[in-house]
Amino acid sequence: MTVTDLVSYEDALAAYDPVMGLEVHVELGTKTKMFCGCSTALGADANAQTCPTCLGLPGSLPVVNATGVESAIKIGLALNCTIADWCRFARKNYFYPDMPKNFQTSQYDEPIAFDGYLDVQLEDGEVFRVHIERAHMEEDTGKSTHVGGATGRIHGARHSLLDYNRAGIPLIEIVTKPIEGAGERAPEVAKAYVAELRELIKALGVSEARMEQGQMRCDVNLSLRPNGTEKFGTRSETKNVNSLRSVERAARFEIQRHAAVLSSGGKIVQETRHFHEEDGSTTPGRIKEEAEDYRYFPEPDLVPVAPSREWVEELRATLPELPRVRRNRLREEWGVSEHDMQSILNAGAVDLIVATVEAGADAAAARKWWMGELARRANEDGVELAALPITPVQVARVAELVAKGDLNDKLARQVIEGVLAGEGDPDTVVEKRGLKVVSDEGALGTAVDEAIAANAAIADKIRGGKVAAAGALVGAVMKATRGQADAARVRELILEKLGVEG
Amino acid sequence: MADLIKLTAAEIADKIASGELTAVEVTEAHLARIEAVDEKVHAFLHIDREGALAQARAVDEKRARGEELGPLAGVPLALKDIFTTEGVPTTVGSKILEGWIPPYDATVTKKLKAADVVILGKTNMDEFAMGSSTENSAYGPTGNPWDLTKIPGGSGGGSSAALASFEAPLAIGTDTGGSIRQPAAVTGTVGVKPTYGGVSRYGMVAFSSSLDQGGPCARTVLDAALLHEVIAGHDPMDSTSIDAPVPPVVEAARNGSVEGMRVGVVKQFRGEGYQAGVLQRFDESVALMKELGAEIVELDCPSFDLALAAYYLIAPSECSSNLARFDAMRYGLRVGDDGTKSAEDVTALTREAGFGPEVKRRIMLGTYALSSGYYDAYYGSAQKVRTLITRDFEKAFEQVDVIVSPTTPTTAFPIGERADDPMAMYLADVCTLPVNLAGNAAMSLPCGLAPEDGLPVGLQIVAPAMKDDRLYKVGAAVEAAFTAKWGHPLLEEAPSL
Amino acid sequence: MPGITREEVAHLARLARLELKDEELDHFATQLDDIIGAVARVSEVADQDVPPTSHPLPLTNVMRPDEVRPSLTPEQALSGAPAQEQQRFKVPQILGEE
Ligand SMILES: [Mg+2]
Ligand SMILES: [Zn+2]
Repeated sequence: MTVTDLVSYEDALAAYDPVMGLEVHVELGTKTKMFCGCSTALGADANAQTCPTCLGLPGSLPVVNATGVESAIKIGLALNCTIADWCRFARKNYFYPDMPKNFQTSQYDEPIAFDGYLDVQLEDGEVFRVHIERAHMEEDTGKSTHVGGATGRIHGARHSLLDYNRAGIPLIEIVTKPIEGAGERAPEVAKAYVAELRELIKALGVSEARMEQGQMRCDVNLSLRPNGTEKFGTRSETKNVNSLRSVERAARFEIQRHAAVLSSGGKIVQETRHFHEEDGSTTPGRIKEEAEDYRYFPEPDLVPVAPSREWVEELRATLPELPRVRRNRLREEWGVSEHDMQSILNAGAVDLIVATVEAGADAAAARKWWMGELARRANEDGVELAALPITPVQVARVAELVAKGDLNDKLARQVIEGVLAGEGDPDTVVEKRGLKVVSDEGALGTAVDEAIAANAAIADKIRGGKVAAAGALVGAVMKATRGQADAARVRELILEKLGVEG
Repeated sequence: MADLIKLTAAEIADKIASGELTAVEVTEAHLARIEAVDEKVHAFLHIDREGALAQARAVDEKRARGEELGPLAGVPLALKDIFTTEGVPTTVGSKILEGWIPPYDATVTKKLKAADVVILGKTNMDEFAMGSSTENSAYGPTGNPWDLTKIPGGSGGGSSAALASFEAPLAIGTDTGGSIRQPAAVTGTVGVKPTYGGVSRYGMVAFSSSLDQGGPCARTVLDAALLHEVIAGHDPMDSTSIDAPVPPVVEAARNGSVEGMRVGVVKQFRGEGYQAGVLQRFDESVALMKELGAEIVELDCPSFDLALAAYYLIAPSECSSNLARFDAMRYGLRVGDDGTKSAEDVTALTREAGFGPEVKRRIMLGTYALSSGYYDAYYGSAQKVRTLITRDFEKAFEQVDVIVSPTTPTTAFPIGERADDPMAMYLADVCTLPVNLAGNAAMSLPCGLAPEDGLPVGLQIVAPAMKDDRLYKVGAAVEAAFTAKWGHPLLEEAPSL
Repeated sequence: MPGITREEVAHLARLARLELKDEELDHFATQLDDIIGAVARVSEVADQDVPPTSHPLPLTNVMRPDEVRPSLTPEQALSGAPAQEQQRFKVPQILGEE
């Protein structure tokens, strides 16, 4: 199906009501894997973080990572779930080369957390409640590289290479109940939900939840039903949608695609689909002749997990302020609009601004630098804001230097550029690049005198009352001082020396 | 030399400790015996001559330095080829793992090494421990030293045959439905299935995780106890390992007695299919225990009649999943990788070529039992049966201290007789597998020869979970009384090879 | 319980990744039918109100602390690999999800 076959979004919504289900996998930030003591640190050599257990060698056995369970409980509590007082792991049996045992150790009908909700705030401030079906523990698979096909794609590849460093990393899978009633805002709700969930996970400190690194991955299930009807339509499952923007686009695309199929009298096939970043479309996965039969059964190599109520309550007591509540508090403290706060959130700047304020900057300045110069740089470099090589403490120092008048904005930007370039902290950059505002009146006076002498014609105009022409002289002085002068003071001096009132 | 191989493990350990024998001498004697008879018996799949001698030399050096030796230091042992051994091939009796050299030691292997036990090599077994005759080994059958045309039991036929042919005084087996006890019974040796969780399963290639249990095999009850103590104990690498002290098995074996004990006889463990000579020797054993001061109690355990059915659903189900990892991707055999076939096809071709018929049969059966639509009727019901069997045992152990039965309904049958009749083969484990379903401890020890065929008969003793010591207390008493009655250990009646 | 057909055997073989030969399909159909016929007895208890036992031990909460333990070296990890390339397991083309 090509994009031209789609029904317009407006037409789709005029006839149909979307129902969504979102499944999010989060890689936990534990030190070790879910069932063995192998490190989960990034950047290791291929297959350097594997052991008999995570390679599925004959004879090996799993042992549960206590921190993995603790993180799962924290996530469950933060999602307002009931925490099971007894649950088990189950084996999900299917063959795939990236899965060393050819079964995934997961949870089936006994998840550790179930029946919760997450309130998400839409751009206009409206709060939408997404109900959570369950959150369960499982393990990640290895990574395959496909060789011989076009650009590393699986199709047409001659063979594949497998690295099992990722195999066994703890995952929490969070599944929503069917999301109904979002109407035309369904794609926005999907995006806001994933964004809110990511904030929550980060706030809990259980994962960095970086979508671009695959630490958080989303499957979007979507179906349409004719407006005014109850019964769910057949759903499609769009797998591994790995950015907030893509979640929204994938939902939107599927609404349009389903509507096109349905309104032309066709039937939706229940299938998995793949999302394409390039054009925002989805395409069907491999058609399987037979329905999957995972032959789930309780994992006999592990014993049940029965979190004591005391433990659960202890963990509940450690939960941080929920991100949405905190955001609303900060919004008031910072005096910004809902819309601005949403932009700050989308940019991943909330915590950075908080940390910068904690380091002594005022909120406006912190926001200005992170959402201005730094957001631009992050965007240019295609990295997350937090990944820029500058710390909130350094940004706070820049803001402080500006506040004291030691730097002007232009110089401050150069300081930031220096910090980002690895030249050291702000004071070092100021020192090395010689970026202090020239406040030595003598030196500045000389520079002004020289500028007046070199631009006699302009100086005459100014003396003649054309005060606006002073800008040219200011520019000359700034150039002579390599931008290190305080432009306002230069202007004052010029007018003073030429005997003109400002 | 000939006498040396007939010594018990306890005697060998004493003589090495006292300096009467060296570990190297003992090891060489056993290696020579293996060289002499194993072509006929085929107990071993791999003989680690160098490794064994190196370990023996280390023991002798340790002694020379005056360091303390373990209770079984320098005693040779035959290790079932289901335990991983770093640097030494481990095949599990399967073509699919031919040539695989594990990069790690099983916990049992580690413990044996740490106790200075000398591992002679790896013993033959039914492929993936599935079978009761060792005929399912991809590397050919093992002969029963009592009659080489008969089966040595299975799956641990290599271990039991190694003991009965005096190739090793100690062996290790694994018991999922009887694979330690049934081979012990048909070879006239002693085998113990410890309480589930008593011996670590880490590095023991899984057949059926909730049933598998490693355990000691020996020619005497005391030797089994000494080995039991070496390999048992909590292992943090095995989540199903019991975190409690090992029951005092050695002490029990040294103080055998049945006086005042209540011994249960379950009425479900006799009837059709039981060989007359087996029942005769069993009844004599019960009479003997009564003479020795035990009180005999008749028991009714109705759910035991369903044990075989439950077992042949649970074990295949778990195995269908446990054996999925043999897919030609990371280790072992790979068949059909001609550059055009998909991974999926190569996996299917490899499994087809690498697994024998019994393994395939059980994988298919387990896949069926776990399939959606059948799960509740089969796997779900089997698990309910498991509960009922456990309750029957619990009820029984309110009335008795141990339960006894024949270990197996018949003596060793001819190689080939049941090879393509799975249901007939499965019946060999009818007395042993209820124990695995409940997780209890059990022992088999010789109780005589069946008059009709002159082959050994095994007496099974069952104790409640974590009461493994009771097996040894009762077993030692029965063993002493029988040995006194016969005037010698039963194995002395075996033909010389 | 209904008898097991050759088609069912073929389906199971696909699920279990066994490239069974034709004669095996027939042979297994007969044998599995026999065995299933015999073990189907367990369904006698299907209606009984009995909890299932999946495990003989009543253990719960066996966990390990989140502490790194030594891994194998990549050489050890790959030591049994039928084929390898670039320190990775080399496997035939994967038909798959994309
Ligand atoms: Mg999942
Ligand atoms: Zn590992």
